Amino acid sequence: MALQDRPHAHAGSGAVSSGDPAVALGGVDITFHLADGGRYQAVKGIDLKVHPGEFVSIVGPTGCGKSTLLNAAAGLLAPSAGSVGIFGKPLSGLNRRAGYLFQQDALMPWKTALENVKVALEPMGVPEREADLRAREWLGRVGLRTFVDRYPHMLSGGQRKRVSLAQMLIRNPEILLMDEPFGPLDAQTRQIMGNLLLDLWSRDRKALMFVTHDLEEAIALSDRVVVMSAGPAAGIVADYKVDLPRPRDIADIRLEKAFHEIHRDIWASLRVEVQKAYAMGEGRELVGGDAS
Amino acid sequence: MKRMKLISLQILVMLVFLAIWHVVTTTSLFGDVKTMQFFFSTPGAVLARTFKQLTGGDIYYHLGITLTETVLAFVIGSLAGILFGFAFARRELLSAVFDPYIKAANALPRVVLAPIFALWFGLGIWSKVALGFTLVFFIVFFNVYQGVREVSPTILANARMLGMNERQLFRHVYWPSALTWMFSSLHTSVGFALVGAVVGEYLGSSAGLGYKIHEAESVFDVTGVFSGMLILAIFVIAIDALVTMIEKRLLVWRPAQSSTTTA
Repeated sequence: MALQDRPHAHAGSGAVSSGDPAVALGGVDITFHLADGGRYQAVKGIDLKVHPGEFVSIVGPTGCGKSTLLNAAAGLLAPSAGSVGIFGKPLSGLNRRAGYLFQQDALMPWKTALENVKVALEPMGVPEREADLRAREWLGRVGLRTFVDRYPHMLSGGQRKRVSLAQMLIRNPEILLMDEPFGPLDAQTRQIMGNLLLDLWSRDRKALMFVTHDLEEAIALSDRVVVMSAGPAAGIVADYKVDLPRPRDIADIRLEKAFHEIHRDIWASLRVEVQKAYAMGEGRELVGGDAS
Repeated sequence: MKRMKLISLQILVMLVFLAIWHVVTTTSLFGDVKTMQFFFSTPGAVLARTFKQLTGGDIYYHLGITLTETVLAFVIGSLAGILFGFAFARRELLSAVFDPYIKAANALPRVVLAPIFALWFGLGIWSKVALGFTLVFFIVFFNVYQGVREVSPTILANARMLGMNERQLFRHVYWPSALTWMFSSLHTSVGFALVGAVVGEYLGSSAGLGYKIHEAESVFDVTGVFSGMLILAIFVIAIDALVTMIEKRLLVWRPAQSSTTTA
């Protein structure tokens, strides 16, 4: 995998030959305190490193804590135990070097597409006129040049995701976190958005953590696919490399033989977890403390 | 075509109403004409009086007074409502402690406060503004409180991830959200500001529309009472149209839907 120059490594984690990982989760446990006084351990003992330039997908059965993991990397959620390192430094508070693409609509409905993208530059102190210019440029890049003055409710689901993508990328974050961003979209739109994402990402290859429940999407997009076990106390059960050539077209790549082989391998381990999750079924909510 | 039909039907309702009123008060079918006219006046007399008043200058002085009171009650009530709504929404303890008192105060029929306000603020405009204030304040307060509390957690988390500080969050997220809720109750709060003003005037004052109606009533001038009510209705419709215009301007970003109101 071709990696470009990375930020200077800090002393301390010298063991990693290729410098500090963009995101390093070490022994992360996350336990939720429920309203009724009970506890729910979502994930347990997670060790995961995502290096700069790497596109890593996280797949797993529903409710296995994939999003929880992403929130920990974003600093939206503090782990109950373990460490979160960002480029070799322990994370405290929000992760200022990351951008986050949410599954649900996260645009401000009272702002137009342009204003929504522009506002992302305000915390960085970019002057108004430059912000306007850059926001228009980004909206053009995601194919919304003629939609700048539309309010979110006037846009389709796919178009709103494009605005969110522009809003996130305009800040040029070093780490991209995406939580099933194309989940609510229809199949065709997902494919178009997938290709758009690959196109934008391949220009400057940031570290990217992509949560999805769609294995095909995960393989088509990523360099690595991480499989999580069924919750509660979900962990990582497998970590696969996807050695498919880039640039890829995510519609075409699904037809290739190599794709099928990788798919078969990963599905073999994912299927066990999906079945476990189904077997627990509705009982999952009733699980009180830590089972293991 | 449909619209024309609707408007003609609406006009028909008015004509039938006026015709019945006219027949009841100018013929002896339902009793003595003099007695009927004493109690109900006649549509002709009311319209004539209204026309005379609207073409004279005196009524505009009274309208001006009522308008001033309404605007003051609305502005002061809204400002206080926004301020307290924000404070209570962001400070859990504050809202928890004051919750029963706010509920109790809101449950009180505001009319009983009118004499007290007349005592405190005199018979001038301020006792009416105070009465309108107590009505407007709670509507705006509850809406702003709700607006701040019900900001979508995703929008908030997204704004935080974009690096916004507290001030920027306020400006781009909390404030617009609270305003939305406030504007959705704009018709109600403006209406209540007017109710406060007119009721206050009615109960004790020397100027304003409520005073005009009360004055006519005290000399058994039924024509004057109805004429005052008609002018009040025209006034309310005009203000409401203005509010609708402002609302459309400010809430362009919203999908078309019926506005929610808290009464």
